[in-house]
Amino acid sequence: MTTLGDVQPQSMHFAEPLPLKSGAELRDYTLVYETYGTLAADRRNAVLVCHALNASHHAAGTYGGDPKSEGWWDNLIGPGKPLDTRRFFVISVNNLGSCFGSTGPMHANPDPAAGGRRYGADFPVVTVEDWVDAQARLIDALGIDELAAVLGGSLGGMQALAWALRYPTRLRHCIAVATAPNLSAQNIAFNEVARRAIVTDPDFHGGHFYEHSVVPKRGLRVARMIGHITYLSDDAMEAKFGRDRQAAALGYTTQDIEFQIEGYLRYQGDKFSEYFDANTYLLITRALDYFDPAFAHGGDLAATFAPASAKFLLISFTTDWRFAPARSREIVKALVDNRLEVSYAEIAAPHGHDAFLLDDARYHGVLRARFERIAAEIRNGK
Amino acid sequence: MELIAELVPAGSRVLDLGCGNGELLAHLRDHRQCSGYGIEIDDANVLACEQRGVNVVQLNLEEGLALFEDRSFDVVLQLDTLQHLRNTEKMLSETARVGRIGIVSFPNFAHWPNRLHVVGGRMPVTRVLPYEWYDTPNIRVGTYADFEVLARRDGLRILDSFGIQNGAVVRRWPNLLASVAVFKFERS
Repeated sequence: MTTLGDVQPQSMHFAEPLPLKSGAELRDYTLVYETYGTLAADRRNAVLVCHALNASHHAAGTYGGDPKSEGWWDNLIGPGKPLDTRRFFVISVNNLGSCFGSTGPMHANPDPAAGGRRYGADFPVVTVEDWVDAQARLIDALGIDELAAVLGGSLGGMQALAWALRYPTRLRHCIAVATAPNLSAQNIAFNEVARRAIVTDPDFHGGHFYEHSVVPKRGLRVARMIGHITYLSDDAMEAKFGRDRQAAALGYTTQDIEFQIEGYLRYQGDKFSEYFDANTYLLITRALDYFDPAFAHGGDLAATFAPASAKFLLISFTTDWRFAPARSREIVKALVDNRLEVSYAEIAAPHGHDAFLLDDARYHGVLRARFERIAAEIRNGK
Repeated sequence: MELIAELVPAGSRVLDLGCGNGELLAHLRDHRQCSGYGIEIDDANVLACEQRGVNVVQLNLEEGLALFEDRSFDVVLQLDTLQHLRNTEKMLSETARVGRIGIVSFPNFAHWPNRLHVVGGRMPVTRVLPYEWYDTPNIRVGTYADFEVLARRDGLRILDSFGIQNGAVVRRWPNLLASVAVFKFERS
């Protein structure tokens, strides 16, 4: 239940080109974002929330009083919630390449050679680091030098880590939930299956499907189905669906739905294909694949975190096999090796990767405690 | 707690294995300028540490201390924890590997009331050992004197040791007169 009420997305245009990790640049772009709460006069209470794969800037509150429009992290953000908007000024930015308002592949390519066509497949490949650089420019424009915290889960957690590495003096706390220092081969493999499903859809048209007035929905559906399987634990799926049948009697059909899990996945796939952009899905899964800050340090994660100075909180979930606790522990070790301040909670939640979006009391308890500590530090002028 | 805190040199980098609610680490931070981390398995204790602003890492000590490099801490504390662990000896060697100094405390089963219980044919149930034999979390039952033997065997040099009884240090016949044993040691 939202307590924040209705919120308004805002947007900011940036005319200065953004150099990208790939060597390309985004010559002109807009970021869509939302803010909740009030920026204090000393500007020390700002918290940046980073979103994951299929989410957006709409992290909390509703639009036009519609309860169905509640933000994706509304259980965490709002007055009296763990990230309390009575104390903090929360900023949530839609990342570049997304399909929820910030400049993305469905927007017109400003390159004169493109002749006013939409970017489509020509949208430059963006990385976690590029997103963080764009977020930093927005933070600059909002007049904020130093963030009280950067918080994110999954791919959002990678952004929080990237903040601590790229802008070590601009955040006091880094809170990374259900994340990893890079994707495993298995994780990249799942992403590749999803991408192939999209790219091989005849409606994809090499990424320029907008001009054909079609959407590669079949590919998007399959991509979402495989993704969804990996976000749930085996136990959670067993508890929710088991072998429950669609009808009492089997139909002995190879193509119709026999088991409820099939119906559920198809429903999730259908829903997703109605609102998500195929090029965005390719871009965001690639950003996940490419994230590997230790690569530049020969794989040495401790050396990677040497420039960091934030106080860290890492949280993982025991049944999350996509971003397993062992991956968070790798980060904890690197932070300990650098004698940085870090706490790590490993929550025995049954839900798999999706647990980071749910309101487990132990999980939210730890986050609440951390934000209370951050608020106390602000009060004490630390 | 004060007795243990006094064993920790000011400004030390401390690892507290089984740090509970983080009270000691907070005390060492606030009064002895120490830094470091606690290790806890219990959710409620992890939350309590976070509320105190104490760095805590949620881990099962039975899995070892792979997270920590050799000699990366000045002091490793293992207070009232050793007796709960299956891999007691392994944890002791891990303590000596990770820290320059190890400090352990544990219930001394040779304290005289415990001896009386055993002479009477029953396992001890006392204030320090309030459990029955069938529900006790103290799965390792040892004495002050036993630890001295183990330390020698494992190449640990005892720097200081004493008993604690009713909040006071016991240096005379601690194996008989103290319910809690305390050892400060280093790898020899």
